[in-house]
Amino acid sequence: MSAPFATVTPPGELRSALIVARFSLRESLRRKVFVVVGLLTVVFLVLYGLATWQAFKAADDFTGATEAGVEADAVVGATLAGLAMFAILFLGTILAVFLTLGAVRGDAERGLLQPLLVRPLPRRTLLLGRWLGATAVCSPYVVAVALGAFALTAALGDWWPDRTLTPLLALALGVAIIAALSLAGSIVLASTANGIAVFMLFGAGLTAGLLGQIAAAIGSESLDDVAKVTTWALPFEALYQAGLSDLTADTVGFTRLAINLGPFGGAEAGGAALWLWSLAYLVVVGVISVAAFARRDL
Amino acid sequence: MGGLAGVESTARRGSERCCDPTQVPPALSVTGLRKAYGSVQALRGVDLEIGTGELFGLLGPNGAGKSTLVKVACGLVRPSAGAVDVCGCPAGSPGAHAALGYLAELFRFPDWCSADELLGLHQELTGSMGGASERRALLELVELGHVPDRRVGAMSKGMQQRLGLAQALIGDPKLLLLDEPTSALDPSGRHTVRALLERLRERGVSVLLNSHLLSEVELVCDRVAIINGGEVVAAGTPEQLSRAGGVEVETASGWRTFADGTRDDVPRIVRELVNDGEQVFGVRVLTSTLEDAYLEAVGRAPATPAGAEAGA
Repeated sequence: MSAPFATVTPPGELRSALIVARFSLRESLRRKVFVVVGLLTVVFLVLYGLATWQAFKAADDFTGATEAGVEADAVVGATLAGLAMFAILFLGTILAVFLTLGAVRGDAERGLLQPLLVRPLPRRTLLLGRWLGATAVCSPYVVAVALGAFALTAALGDWWPDRTLTPLLALALGVAIIAALSLAGSIVLASTANGIAVFMLFGAGLTAGLLGQIAAAIGSESLDDVAKVTTWALPFEALYQAGLSDLTADTVGFTRLAINLGPFGGAEAGGAALWLWSLAYLVVVGVISVAAFARRDL
Repeated sequence: MGGLAGVESTARRGSERCCDPTQVPPALSVTGLRKAYGSVQALRGVDLEIGTGELFGLLGPNGAGKSTLVKVACGLVRPSAGAVDVCGCPAGSPGAHAALGYLAELFRFPDWCSADELLGLHQELTGSMGGASERRALLELVELGHVPDRRVGAMSKGMQQRLGLAQALIGDPKLLLLDEPTSALDPSGRHTVRALLERLRERGVSVLLNSHLLSEVELVCDRVAIINGGEVVAAGTPEQLSRAGGVEVETASGWRTFADGTRDDVPRIVRELVNDGEQVFGVRVLTSTLEDAYLEAVGRAPATPAGAEAGA
């Protein structure tokens, strides 16, 4: 057979990371991850639409709020959008965890990793590629579903969040952080243990957020400090809180008070410091992951 | 089988691979290699060297440290002490990675992707510009040319092993590390791999073959090392290890063994026995096989032939 020459030009690290990310995306596509997630998301949005329709219908029938100076539609809209953000963060977390929970130790135990690393594929590049692959799925997903939920709220209740961009970015960065934590966990933990660990971290963040709301309601500074430290230690929760807060950033008066008393009210605003901290947090998790992976025998 | 020329690289490649282009270093150089997993000593000071175009067999019982040695050479496991160089570059360095191809003993490829896609991924990561023609040549080389689009999950274990070999050959490696490459192959598949290894040797590719199949190692390897308990306990050519093992002669009084006898001694032995009044019914020249040498080296004496007795 005629034989062409196969010259070799090793790709740079970023290109290698993109190759791994693209391969991860292709795997998600072939394994019908997108089909399953898409179908279940449609179910979620249908349920959300039904709940929104009924909630606004009930609010229209309730005239007491208007008499008290509370915009009922704003309270219902903000509460439903807050619920949507919580559910979407949870769905994004599930996606991020399942796409990464066995990325290192799990794949190494199954013998999938070794042929790639010998290729040569630097370990840090593999981590970057896997993170990019997971984030490229999870972040657009949460943004798209949140936009869908906001659109449903607008269509069925004529309410739109005061800020749109920051809640969407907060969700996107939040799941990117969860993907990074799950990837880091996959270096030292077996798949099942890693999945459990990341969901427990997610639960701890959620609990800290609720503690913050309780602290605000009862005026406990020390409890508020505990909640703040915990949510910043788990910045996906602080980002979620910041996004939640921005949903009603311009809402004031009794309407604001009514929203704060609800299950998704009283969220802490983040500010620029939170965004910078979250990005720095990603870098720190990345550096620790690279160091841990470099020391691991495969 | 397809031509190996289809996976050849330009001369430029060779100069990029080794850290010191002014010398031709051994394909693999292992010096005082030690590896401990906690309190378990997997390797206890291994020294070996594989030259260019040499086919080197690594034998040893389970847990002897063979796979650990291969993994250290691949940069997958960090040594506790000692040095391993691949084509002059420290194991694990980009230069060493670029020079080797590896097929792990317990490997798996993503079951959702096709043979062609898998080779394409490895081409991209290696930076090979061979494209579809290189993939086709490699698949033909391992007799998978007819199933480029078959999913890995739909392949038999033997086909996956041959695909693993094709994957290891991407990028024209100078050193091929094969950990049990024929364990799932039928005799025909083994023959294909043996032929492939011989062609690689002709092209100057060095091969470290880690195998339990002694007959296979004996057939293709230029040199053999036997590892036991993390140490090299015997090394040499298969012929050196499979030294002559005596002559057995069947007489009226039964089989008599002449432990130091060789094929050349047979006429003399028979003549002496006949002169002594013995009746000779048959002669058997014994050779110690690589298996005998292996069993002896790992501390398990080979079985003594039934009816053998001490020679004169």
